[in-house]
Amino acid sequence: MASNNQTSAEQSALFRVKSRHLTEHSIRILLWICAMTSVLTTAGIIFVLTSESFSFFREVSPMHFFLGTEWSPLLAPQSFGVLPLICGTMLVAGGALLVAIPIGLGSALYLSEYAPAAIRQLGKAVLDILAGVPTVVYGYFALTFITPCILKPLLPSTEVFNAASAALVVGVMIIPTVCSLCHDALQAVPNTLREAAFALSATKLEVSTGVVLPAALSGVGAAILLALARAIGETMAVALAAGMTPNLTLNPLQSIQTMTGYIVQVSLGDTPAGTIEYQTIFAVGLTLFAITLGINVFATRIIARFREVYE
Amino acid sequence: MNGSTASLFRPRLARRRKIAGFWSAAFLATSCMGTLVLIILMYRVLSEGWSWLTTTFITNFPSVLFPEKAGIKSALYGSIWIISLTAFISIPLGVGAAIYLEEYAANNRLTRFIKLNIANLAGVPSIVYGILGLAIFVRTLALGRSVIAGALTLSLLILPVIVIASREALTAVPNSIRMAAFALGASRWQTIRAHILPAALPGILTGVILAISRAIGEAAPLLMIGALTYVAFVPEGLTDSFTALPMQIYDWVSRPQEQFHHLAAAGIIILLSILLFLNAIAVGLRTWQHRKRA
Repeated sequence: MASNNQTSAEQSALFRVKSRHLTEHSIRILLWICAMTSVLTTAGIIFVLTSESFSFFREVSPMHFFLGTEWSPLLAPQSFGVLPLICGTMLVAGGALLVAIPIGLGSALYLSEYAPAAIRQLGKAVLDILAGVPTVVYGYFALTFITPCILKPLLPSTEVFNAASAALVVGVMIIPTVCSLCHDALQAVPNTLREAAFALSATKLEVSTGVVLPAALSGVGAAILLALARAIGETMAVALAAGMTPNLTLNPLQSIQTMTGYIVQVSLGDTPAGTIEYQTIFAVGLTLFAITLGINVFATRIIARFREVYE
Repeated sequence: MNGSTASLFRPRLARRRKIAGFWSAAFLATSCMGTLVLIILMYRVLSEGWSWLTTTFITNFPSVLFPEKAGIKSALYGSIWIISLTAFISIPLGVGAAIYLEEYAANNRLTRFIKLNIANLAGVPSIVYGILGLAIFVRTLALGRSVIAGALTLSLLILPVIVIASREALTAVPNSIRMAAFALGASRWQTIRAHILPAALPGILTGVILAISRAIGEAAPLLMIGALTYVAFVPEGLTDSFTALPMQIYDWVSRPQEQFHHLAAAGIIILLSILLFLNAIAVGLRTWQHRKRA
């Protein structure tokens, strides 16, 4: 009897251990599947973009696509030169950097080197709010305020849709990216460097821009690159404010079209799947994806190298 | 000899301090620019949209013919549907992936690849996710331009944000807690469920709230999925077509008539109020957590 009881107790203990092992194992597999979702997403993005682009490039030669200077896939005579879209994208992104680099870097220097802790907290909170404003709101702001109330009175030749207003709001949009990443880079510079410079009677400015900034330069460069990638991928503000006219121009007061703006334009009309017009969004999307991914990978490389120096 | 060294060493401190003073003012001015833009933007939206923000604006459907009677009911319900589903899908997946990467995975090539992959996904433009959703969910899986297709797309979009934030929260949990639990014979999952997750919860929640805020304001991928910006009904199931707050705002802004811009401003007030509320919760959680640690 007694031995019988013991075996059943042992058996149930064994069973519990076994079921525990089973739970542990299945949870591990479940969590692994969660982690693999991201890999699947990447695979999905690459597969979708390349497979549809492949059918596109069977009909349009890549030479024509990448070197052509006219983009009119939706109107006859059709033409598939992507350069006007890339030019428009770069015009907006470049203008955005002109806004975001001085403001973002200036405020990063202020928050990191000058501001007392309370102001730093406040500044970061404002940046968080600025980063959280949806891009469609910036589009509204550009189209109904910046163009008619600021640009038009100053420069009468401004068109209703123009690259400048889009560049301004995209610039504002990427200030938080530039500022917080530059701030991190500046904070990573060891304090001993600052103290050594102060001991040589350098002024605050000389310490900030002559010692700390050069030491953090790679991090600042990476921050600017990441912000550039964000500006290139920016969609709603650009679609609303920059217009829908693919122009190969460097005049920021004219209506242009960006890569993202074109993709939105096609998706608003109901273009049937399988047509060459439908496939253009994948070809343009692939170009956009390749450019932003390239910039991001380059920037993370820089950050990785930078970390090795100081840790 | 003496004279030449003296001429070599000219500190000119007064002048240097003056320049330094000027630049410190300049840096202060640049950091005020962000606040300034934010204030102008808020003022503009409030002055344009406040008088249009009535109860009928919330209870009416959008109207192309009568802007003064138009409302955001369908967009509001659409957003609630999409965001609840997105949260339901993306939070378990994202937190699960973070737990796997931080608590289970060995530091091998596959793990490093997954981590790098997530970092890169975070930088992919949202419109590319829209293209993915259009091709996979709308066409291949034949879900159509539906609520579920939109929610799945947004889930993939915010997944990297949730994973990265949750991983940070999990790394911040001291290793001594793990060691203590293992020493008492707890299994890995028991340790995670009873000790690590509760300790990391505030950090995870902050990340999740910020990710959900991003999903609420995101219009580009939904435009690719939904396309239909004029929806005068409330979705009742997963396969119904939909509109959402940012899509409706986009539609109104893109119309040339002045009245629609006022409607857009009123919609923006509602959207920004929701986002500011969520942001305040996230900030509150963060400060509470810091205080607890200190």
